[in-house]
Amino acid sequence: MMQQLPFIYFGGMALVCALLVVISRVAIYSAMALLGMFVHVAGLFIILDAPFLAGVQLLVYAGAILVLYLFVVMLLNVHSRGTMLQRQTPWAIILSLLAVGELGYLVLTSHFYPKLPAIPHPTVPTLGNTETIGMVLYTQYLFPFEVASVVLLIALVGAIVMARGRSGVRQG
Amino acid sequence: MVPLSWYVALSAFLFITGLVGVLIRRNIVVVLLCIEIMLNAVNVNFVAFSDYLHLIDGQIFVFFVITVAAAEVAIGLGIIISLFRLKESVNMDDYNLLKL
Repeated sequence: MMQQLPFIYFGGMALVCALLVVISRVAIYSAMALLGMFVHVAGLFIILDAPFLAGVQLLVYAGAILVLYLFVVMLLNVHSRGTMLQRQTPWAIILSLLAVGELGYLVLTSHFYPKLPAIPHPTVPTLGNTETIGMVLYTQYLFPFEVASVVLLIALVGAIVMARGRSGVRQG
Repeated sequence: MVPLSWYVALSAFLFITGLVGVLIRRNIVVVLLCIEIMLNAVNVNFVAFSDYLHLIDGQIFVFFVITVAAAEVAIGLGIIISLFRLKESVNMDDYNLLKL
């Protein structure tokens, strides 16, 4: 039980924060609850022996993406404080109930302690987490890495073009 | 030792939370936030299996998922800003320009 306590804390808090994102009515509160979820998922990464990814999660998600969301929420000055379930299409309700029912079926019919065979650790002396990721990323996954850079470049150009608006086009 | 199935179950719960949020929320910014929840649920799954199998590849994939999430947020928020200029609204139901 003591070994599972960190998982229960981080997983439970991540789940609670995710629920808060969905049910809170003000967009700023949703963004703040999402910050809590990112932090607790980073804690899960640390439990799972991935400290580098935990750092990346905090830097990129909590540091960059969430700040971008907060900027936009404050920029748009949204005050739609209506009830959460205003004018739902019946399809949304049906599909949500279907998804929740599927999840409940999966949880009820699966047993949670399957006898999984333990995978032995590799015998070669491994490097640290960050060194291993760097080694594999720049050798085996070099082409996806380059594709990711192109994706980021396109996103950069696209975001500038779209957020600039029609008025700024002819000034250049 | 936490069994692998707990992580898979947690990931499923997070994913369904995000999916239901995308379906029932009408605020377009909150819908994008719920997409982030789904991406994070997938990341938890990747890292859990990477830890179980002692393979680093799952963590590399999480790296790419984070890259795609950053690109998606930049593009999505750009679209939201230009849509807000057009309609002065963040309600999804107001954006029916492409509807037949």
